[in-house]
Amino acid sequence: MKAFADLVNNLYFLNSNNAKSELLLEYLATAPSPDRGWAIGAIAGTLHFEFFKRKTVKDIIVERVDPALFALSYDYVGEMSETVAHLWSTTADAEAFAKQTALGVPSLDEVVTQFTHLPKPSIKPYLVSLLDIMTPTQRWALLKLGTRGLRIGVSARFMKKILAQHGAKHNPSITVEDVERVWHGVQPPYNDLLAWLEGKADMPDISNKLTFQPVMLAHPIDEAALARISHEEWQAEWKFDGIRAQLVSNHTGTALFSRTGDDISASFPDLVSSVEAAKLEGRFDGELVALYPSVSSAPTGDAPQNYAHIASFNQLQKRLNKKKPTKALMQSIPVGLIIYDALQIKHEDLREQALSIRSAKIAKLFTKDQKIAGEERGTCLNLFPSEKLLFSNPDDLTALKVRASALSNGYIEGIMIKRKDTAYVAGRPKGQWYKLKRDPKVIDAVIMYAQRGHGKRSSFYSDFTFGCWQDDVLLPIGKAYSGFTDEELKKLDTWVRRNTLARFGPVKEVKKELVFEVAFDAVAPSNRHKSKVALRFPRIHRIRWDKSAAEADQLSTLIDMIE
Amino acid sequence: MHPENWIKTDEKGLYCRALNAYIDPMQPVEHAIITHAHADHARAGHTHVYATAATLDIMRVRYGEDHAQNTHALAYEETINLHAGQLTLYPAGHILGSAQVLIEYKGQRLVHTGDFKRQSDPTCAPFVPVPCDVFVTEATFGLPVFQHPSIEDETQKLLASLVRLPESCHVVGVYALGKCQRLLIALRQLGYHKPVYIHGALVNLCALYEEHGIPLGELIEVASLTDLSILKGQIVLAPPSALSDRWSRKLPNVMTAMASGWMQIRARSKQKRAELPLIISDHSDWQDLITTIKQVNPKEVWVTHGREQALVHQAKQMGYKAKALNLVGYGDGDEDINSEAPSAKLSKSESKQKTQRV
Repeated sequence: MKAFADLVNNLYFLNSNNAKSELLLEYLATAPSPDRGWAIGAIAGTLHFEFFKRKTVKDIIVERVDPALFALSYDYVGEMSETVAHLWSTTADAEAFAKQTALGVPSLDEVVTQFTHLPKPSIKPYLVSLLDIMTPTQRWALLKLGTRGLRIGVSARFMKKILAQHGAKHNPSITVEDVERVWHGVQPPYNDLLAWLEGKADMPDISNKLTFQPVMLAHPIDEAALARISHEEWQAEWKFDGIRAQLVSNHTGTALFSRTGDDISASFPDLVSSVEAAKLEGRFDGELVALYPSVSSAPTGDAPQNYAHIASFNQLQKRLNKKKPTKALMQSIPVGLIIYDALQIKHEDLREQALSIRSAKIAKLFTKDQKIAGEERGTCLNLFPSEKLLFSNPDDLTALKVRASALSNGYIEGIMIKRKDTAYVAGRPKGQWYKLKRDPKVIDAVIMYAQRGHGKRSSFYSDFTFGCWQDDVLLPIGKAYSGFTDEELKKLDTWVRRNTLARFGPVKEVKKELVFEVAFDAVAPSNRHKSKVALRFPRIHRIRWDKSAAEADQLSTLIDMIE
Repeated sequence: MHPENWIKTDEKGLYCRALNAYIDPMQPVEHAIITHAHADHARAGHTHVYATAATLDIMRVRYGEDHAQNTHALAYEETINLHAGQLTLYPAGHILGSAQVLIEYKGQRLVHTGDFKRQSDPTCAPFVPVPCDVFVTEATFGLPVFQHPSIEDETQKLLASLVRLPESCHVVGVYALGKCQRLLIALRQLGYHKPVYIHGALVNLCALYEEHGIPLGELIEVASLTDLSILKGQIVLAPPSALSDRWSRKLPNVMTAMASGWMQIRARSKQKRAELPLIISDHSDWQDLITTIKQVNPKEVWVTHGREQALVHQAKQMGYKAKALNLVGYGDGDEDINSEAPSAKLSKSESKQKTQRV
């Protein structure tokens, strides 16, 4: 645990990727198994269990520290684990600590084993006993690890590159793509993976598992790149506003993954079971969207899609994070998958093939399969191949983007532009896929409340609630955390401190004087807010130091934007 | 008469009616008592300034001879009559020349600490607890999460990193006044006697400390070097703003360190892009604030700036009457907000000979 805490602490502060690599490679070469396997999982974010709840951590600290001082400290530090790591030092005197810490901090493997095997009532005392013997840095690492909140600037992809480099020391032919292929079929503490990388075993066999493969991502397009787009070499499609998902189906079953590899099958049993029943085999990349309930009778098959049956993201949100959706919910908000791409159809791996070939195969498969599913089995698959948009020059693409902006119930986010001759590559390769997002909507709102930020923005007032006018009253319409530069952040922080009217715990009410131009993707009716509206992805577009509060927009303007 | 009746705060700062003077005012005033020379406490343009001789020296170096019309140098524990009350300065242990202000008026004693610390610091006289009725304290690090480690341990981290990364130029962000000199002495005391390379903005203040009998060892200005590659494996001190500036990009293989009490908070270190955070503070940590209140044992505790809510809460728990003064305008404690800005002024005044103290 000591070596692990030092590792994550150093990684947290380092800026240079080279320095991070060196540190990780040194750790992999020197730390024992299974400690290092758990560390890999912790850093790559693949430990899918919590050792203890955040609430437990909070409970044990307020049992020991004045709750008012805890609240103020937490508000200031902006991060629970670090707050507790420091506050814990005030609960014991230095001598007792020195005596106890000499007993030694257990290994990472022992900590993981204890937390995963201890009966529930023993978790809290064990956690306390660890915190008592640890330094503040070790406590921080333990609390972050235990609540699955370890974010230290090392992505899963970066970790896989490090593993490939580690493996290359033993077998120079190992590449990050090799690691990528097995990654989602192996589990912490990765004994089999490390044994293979170090030449002591064969590559782990994952053929019998339903695993996720990392997806291909797009870059935003700039003017220069847009001007070079031709319809001979590129294809265009709508970019839908749902969530990116990967559908995998083979003889062992069917699963749906989010773009980060989380298995979300349980939330969408309707879609998963219909695909399984249709015996459709392959790996598809698409956009998960909510549909209007009438869709099951909607025509499918050869007819070109008009997508009028797609509901807003707001609807989809009601299905997301529902681990066990009720039948009623599934009937009122069915879901579907717009198929963008296929990595595999039946047993054929298509990733090395050109996009144009993959697209053709999708078109052929779905026309046929949907008919089978629809006619013979009397069910609807709710899988829709993404329509190719016609264009002859870049101006047409811009016009399509404008059309997307006008479609304001929010199911189309813009357009995707993809090179026809490209293979399917995990990650975000340059010059292959582009996204052209629709223009945001904007409104002028007055800031009403401010709260300190978390993480990078801890201790700065950076979370703002803003409102629009209804007659003479300001009603809050949303919250935003992003969109300003570090310089503006400092200026805003000072402004908040100087213009505070009242405090409600961590929230400061400020003078209703400062206007923000707020950008957002869509607006939907909502019962959660007094203003009866909810904004999709609001962010601060500009700070209008020049405008007075009275010049901000009326709520009715916003309501008119709802479609 | 209760100090409530002769102390008030306004947009210029804390005003004492008994002395007809402001303490550390933010704007030019007739009579200003200056606790120490950090730029957010000591500003130019007052008619009369009352401060220690060292503080006045630093103000002269930073703002020029004409920073005030009249300066009045006070020795520690020397009492003078001012307007209707008495004024005495006591050491605050914050930086060279830093002072607490004792005001006596109509049988009541009020002590204003300015910024202060209790950790040992060879660059200045140690803090003295002064008995009083009303204790006016800062609370820059007034939260129990702040526990400052010893400067030896933190400086050792820097030396350990030099051993681990012998090819890296270790650039340490330090405030030009106080932190820079304190870190230099800590390095020397740990046996580091190689030259330390410094940014131009630190030159004059280091020279001033040496004139005040505080030897800092061999210092070389980075600008005087023709070959910067010799800085590999060396220590360079620079004001924090230079860390993210073009200035540090020309240095070879930089490892960025930062010496400040804020480095205890991870996010603060990240905000400063410090890869090697050194928790070195010139303020009191939480425990020292509490210990000091106990030692002084006043009737009331007033808190000027910083994390005042927590300290007021704590003082009340300890049985004291307590309130926050909500003074705005002081930098967030450990930073000397203008430490780099007056550099042009610094080089100009470099040629000026120091004149006699008032």
